[in-house]
Order: sequence, then structure tokens, then C-alpha cells
Amino acid sequence: MRFKDVEHLVRLAALFVAGLLVFTVARAELVPAGFGTLGHYRAGAIDDVRAKTPEYAGQQACAECHVDVVELRAKARHKGIACESCHGPLGKHAADPGQMTPRLPKPARPLCAHCHAANTGKSKRYPTVDLKEHAGDEDCLTCHTPHNPKLS
Amino acid sequence: MDTSRRDFLIIGTRMFVMTSVAAAALEHVVAGAPEKAPSYNTADHWWAMTIDIEKCVGSGHCVRACKLENNVPDEPYFFRTWVERYHVDPLDMDHPTVDSPNGGIDGFPETYPDGKTSGKTFFVPKLCNHCADSPCTQVCPVGATFRTNDGVVLIDKSYCLGCRYCVQACPYGCRYIDPRTNTADKCTLCYHRLTKGLQPACCETCPTGARQIADLKNPKDPVHEFLRTHQIQILKPQMATGAKVYYNGLDGSVR
Repeated sequence: MRFKDVEHLVRLAALFVAGLLVFTVARAELVPAGFGTLGHYRAGAIDDVRAKTPEYAGQQACAECHVDVVELRAKARHKGIACESCHGPLGKHAADPGQMTPRLPKPARPLCAHCHAANTGKSKRYPTVDLKEHAGDEDCLTCHTPHNPKLS
Repeated sequence: MDTSRRDFLIIGTRMFVMTSVAAAALEHVVAGAPEKAPSYNTADHWWAMTIDIEKCVGSGHCVRACKLENNVPDEPYFFRTWVERYHVDPLDMDHPTVDSPNGGIDGFPETYPDGKTSGKTFFVPKLCNHCADSPCTQVCPVGATFRTNDGVVLIDKSYCLGCRYCVQACPYGCRYIDPRTNTADKCTLCYHRLTKGLQPACCETCPTGARQIADLKNPKDPVHEFLRTHQIQILKPQMATGAKVYYNGLDGSVR
């Protein structure tokens, strides 16, 4: 096979190789590592999101040490509520109890009101009080204990 | 000698095949090895959430916990999750009144200012629906947002341009631009907690258990019983987003 104008093809091939080279270099420079291995995204982004330390330790971490409170709440109506719902995020306390002491939610009235203030949106079966009429300005903890709130 | 049609076709085919082979080979060279995820296998999970409207009392625990857990800006227009209160008047059922004072972070006022007494009121917690076919990931021009193999829609903050396409694309209004980084941000379903065996902060702190994280690939997850025995709806099913936040008792007036 012999072409009369073979140099045209050589030029074309050189142009093609040069283009491929530019593409290869540009792609290697611009596309981050791991892009495309799991999908149209950078695989390392998943590890970036996972790297964050949780602020909330989780109920299991609380129950490991505070067995007395777990027992106290076992028969009370607040038993299903996680400790950190009221006591706030305590991941640092769970990691090292000396480093951070939980702050008790006092006065409790604003916190209790979040759930137990009367509101037409709440189910009829759900225990609510009218804050304006219930117990005046007295704090909820005067009569109720938070871990077992039902008055005997 | 002129190039015959036969020669032209042969050379053309060779060049085409060689280009494709080179491109395929390059793909392998550039991609590198897949990164390993120790002790957590994405193929074993398919995350979703169930929300029981009948149990929600609008306490705002989820909103507060989410802001603290994920360091969401304090301003009242940045939320990864928020609670809306719907009021449906029996005389105008198609136009519910919706309010969400500061996302419901401090709960809701006991009464409406204009004294609504008739009709019904209920709370609708909202968050990213972690759609299986999410519009937000489809519009991203650079692949900075994506759905993982375990069904969580995440953002690559180091790669996001902040172009705001995804913010507009989300039919549920779940995305915002973080003013500190100028990149898109949204609920990650607390992916950093899920992969450590913890539940998301909103589910952890929900006092009534209205919000439950669900792993649909785990046959022992109570979600299967819940889905079987309740009337489940998703938000905007007509959008075909494959939303995975399943609501029980969702009123038809909820948009």
C-alpha cells in the first residue's frame, strides 16, 4: 500500500498525537484523584463527610455509665426520650467525663414548654398545659421530677 | 495513485478503533484505585427516614440538634431540617396557612395571632428527602453533589463551585448556600453518625419518636413493619424524585 501524498497522513497523525497529549496532561491536572471510581464524583468526598466527629454521643453511650437514671426512667413516661434531648449534645463528655460536665437545664420551664405547652397542633392524647394558667411562675421542677414527671 | 475507497475505509476504521482503545486505557490510568471504607460497606445499606405526623408535637428538638450537630449557621434562613405548622381551614382546604417561626427551633406559639379556632393544625418536619433520582445531583455541572451507593445525597464541599443550580433544582427547598464557604449545603442524614452506627441527631433527640431512621436493606429494621401497617406518603410524588422520607398521616394539603 503506497500513497502519493503520504505526508498528509503523517501530519494528521502528529496533530492527533499532540491533541491526545494535551488532553492527557490537562485531564490529569484538572480531574481530582478518585473521580469516577464510584460514580460521577470524587470518591474521597465521602470520607470527607464521614470524618466529622459526632457532637451527640448517642443513648447507648449515656446508658453505659448512668445506669441509675436508666433504671429510674424505665417505668416513667419519659423513658423513650434520649438523655441528650434535654441535656444537650454530650459527645465530649462521653469521650472524657472530666473534660466537660453536662449543664443541667435550669430553669426547666422553657425546656418543658417546648413539648408540653398547649397547642392545637398537638394530639389530644398528648399531655399539655396552658402555660398562662398552669402553676403561675413556679418552675416545673418544684412539683415534677424530670426523669419521672408523673405526680403520684 | 489515488486512495481507493477500500483503503480509506480500512485506515479510517483503524484510527477509530485505536482512538477508542486509547481512551479506554486512559480512563483506567487516570482513575486510580478505589478508596476503601473500613468496617462499613455501602452495599449493605439503603437509608431512608420515616416521619409520623401524628406523633410530632412541634417541639423543635430536631432543628436545635441538627444545628448543633452539623454546625449550621444560626441565622433563621439556614436549615438542614425544619418544622412547618399547617393550618387547614375547612372552608378553604386547598389553601393551608403555613408558618415556621425560625424553622420551629423554639417550638410554636400556642395560638395564631388572628385567632384561628376552627379547622385542623399539624406539624410537618422537613429535611432532605435523599431522593434516589435526585434533581439536585443531576443539575450539578461539576459532579460536586452525588448519591452514594447507600442512598444518601452528599456534597463535595471542596469541589462545589457555589453556582446555586442545585438550590434551585431541589423541589423541596432543602438546600442553601453556606455563607461561610459560599458552597451548597444540606442535610447529610448525619452520614458521619450513620457510618459509626449512630442514628442522626434529629432522630436521636426526637422526644416522641416521630422521626425514625430506616435502613431498607436491613430485614430486621422495624421500618418494614411500619411501611406495611401505615398509610405512607412522600412529598411531591408527581416529581418522580424517588424521595425516601416517608410520612405517615400526611395531609393532602401539604405541598
